[in-house]
Amino acid sequence: MNTTQLLKGLFIAVPMLTLAACTSSPDADGTAEQQRTEDQAQQQQQQDSGVDLGAAERPQTPEEVREAKFAELRQQNIIYFTFDESRVLPEFAEQLEAHADFLVKNPGTNVTIEGHADERGTPEYNIALGERRAKAVAQYLQNLGVSASQINTVSYGEEKPMVNQSTPAAYAKNRRAVLVY
Amino acid sequence: MSMMKKLTALVLTATLTFILLLRPAHAALEIVITEGIDSARPIAVVPFRWKGTGPAPAGLTDVIAADLMRSGKFNPIPVNAMPQRPAVASEIDFPRWASLGVEAIVVGTVEPYAVDRYTISFEIVDVLRGQITGGTKILRGGELVTTQDHILDARSSVIEGSQFRQYAHRISDVFYEVMTGERGAFMTRIAYVTVNYDEDKPYKLVVADYDGYNEKVLLRSPEPLMSPSWSPDGNKLAYVSFENKTPEIFTQDIYTTRREKLTSFRGINSSPVWSPDGTQMAMVLSKDGNPEVYVMDVASKRLRRITDHHAIDTEPSWSPDGKTLIFTSERGGRPQLYSVNLSSGQVRRVTFDGEQNMGGTYTPDGRQVVLVNRTQGNYHIAKQDYPSGAMQVLTQTSLDESPSLAPNGSMIMYSTTHNNQQVLALVSIDGRFKARLPARQGEVKSPSWSPYLR
Repeated sequence: MNTTQLLKGLFIAVPMLTLAACTSSPDADGTAEQQRTEDQAQQQQQQDSGVDLGAAERPQTPEEVREAKFAELRQQNIIYFTFDESRVLPEFAEQLEAHADFLVKNPGTNVTIEGHADERGTPEYNIALGERRAKAVAQYLQNLGVSASQINTVSYGEEKPMVNQSTPAAYAKNRRAVLVY
Repeated sequence: MSMMKKLTALVLTATLTFILLLRPAHAALEIVITEGIDSARPIAVVPFRWKGTGPAPAGLTDVIAADLMRSGKFNPIPVNAMPQRPAVASEIDFPRWASLGVEAIVVGTVEPYAVDRYTISFEIVDVLRGQITGGTKILRGGELVTTQDHILDARSSVIEGSQFRQYAHRISDVFYEVMTGERGAFMTRIAYVTVNYDEDKPYKLVVADYDGYNEKVLLRSPEPLMSPSWSPDGNKLAYVSFENKTPEIFTQDIYTTRREKLTSFRGINSSPVWSPDGTQMAMVLSKDGNPEVYVMDVASKRLRRITDHHAIDTEPSWSPDGKTLIFTSERGGRPQLYSVNLSSGQVRRVTFDGEQNMGGTYTPDGRQVVLVNRTQGNYHIAKQDYPSGAMQVLTQTSLDESPSLAPNGSMIMYSTTHNNQQVLALVSIDGRFKARLPARQGEVKSPSWSPYLR
């Protein structure tokens, strides 16, 4: 149900994004410039003759839809955890799948997974906990076919909080693994 | 000749003014006593009499009174409550002090000796004894003499203008030992880590006198610094630095700045702790899969693996005899303290009370363990008789961690959270006296109390 809605949304969003990408990209050479001038001339001519011109949406292949979605998901590089736990929560499955897909297709690319903890518990224990979180994410990616040689892990424990406060909301933000390319 | 005298006086005054200007108005860490002074023994530290001209060098007796108050064992009465200002034992009017309940008095003088040099003389006087025998003449060896048994200690030294604080700590040590029979730990230092996210190099490794004065930054880094630990000779610190985007254990000579990278294994390199004899270092490495405790022979760098368990093993701490380590392990499901005998390898669980117990450290006599206890989600410093016994929670502050004991075992310095900021705090080993050392900027954490330095 949700997936269908998401796919529908993407059918609309993706072509728009593609269009935006086309118009915003700088012209490679004079040919494109010339083409545009010609198009404008054509449009002008059609307006003069009183006709309206419409374009159909080119159907996206499932491959293209997936690509676009993964590109979007890869922008999200933080996985959050519950207190004192290192299990990857189901809500991050798709996000990690997107990262795994990218890494499998780009075997020359490496990723560093940083493990972090909130400030509760001793700093030394939290270093161990942060490592366990980073390794849980690494294992998850490996299970999706990513080569171990592409993955590096480092634990910062409680030493680099994202939100430097002692509140439950801050703790939730700080218990995380970050994928750094 | 008189010209010469005037010149000397002028130089002296100028030097004194200079000293006073140099002395910082506030220490970086300013101790706020939060609890427990009522139960301490009343004493008096009388401001030492200045025998020179010009302004008196300030601060000496303030430092002594603050030291003794912070020990949690003594309660120095305020200067304005003193019935008189004696400078030597013979000037003391004992009944007047005894009526205030004062047990002992420190009196003394400061006298110019040379340019920027002073003679400090002091006496520690037992009020009760003085009231009974002080100044009375007794017959000894056929002669009438004044008894001096009420003078517990008396010394005189020549010091430089820059040594006032240090000498004050020395006097505090003498007083503490005379009155308790236990060595004082006022001439010690603490190492700690400060973090100020507003700076380009937010992480600093700092050493200071135990009371927070004379702060010296030993290392500034853009990446985290953790777990400072003193060598038993007090010359070096071991610590963890992430300067190469991965944790590595370093040692650094605090006087020469000479640094050595001790380990850089794949994964965790953490919790370095020197053995009591300084020849070995316990540490935690995850190079073989998950965090395990290892002991390194410092000279040969040879490693010996101590724990072997798939759960987290971390935070090793040496017993005073160097034969046992206690460490935190999750092997029972939640973090608890375990001990391991280094010759037999035998492991036994040490703590059972509360949801979690972590960060254990032995008291210097080896008969108790100070630790971080988690009960109902609250982290507090606690102590437990070792190896088994009742646990006593010592603190009521928030998110307490990283306990470190004074070398005489009398006080615990630890890290806590106050007003959303990590600060250092002190608690006496009996839990009665509590104080806070608030930081003005940024976080202060991972305190490590030095061994005796002299």
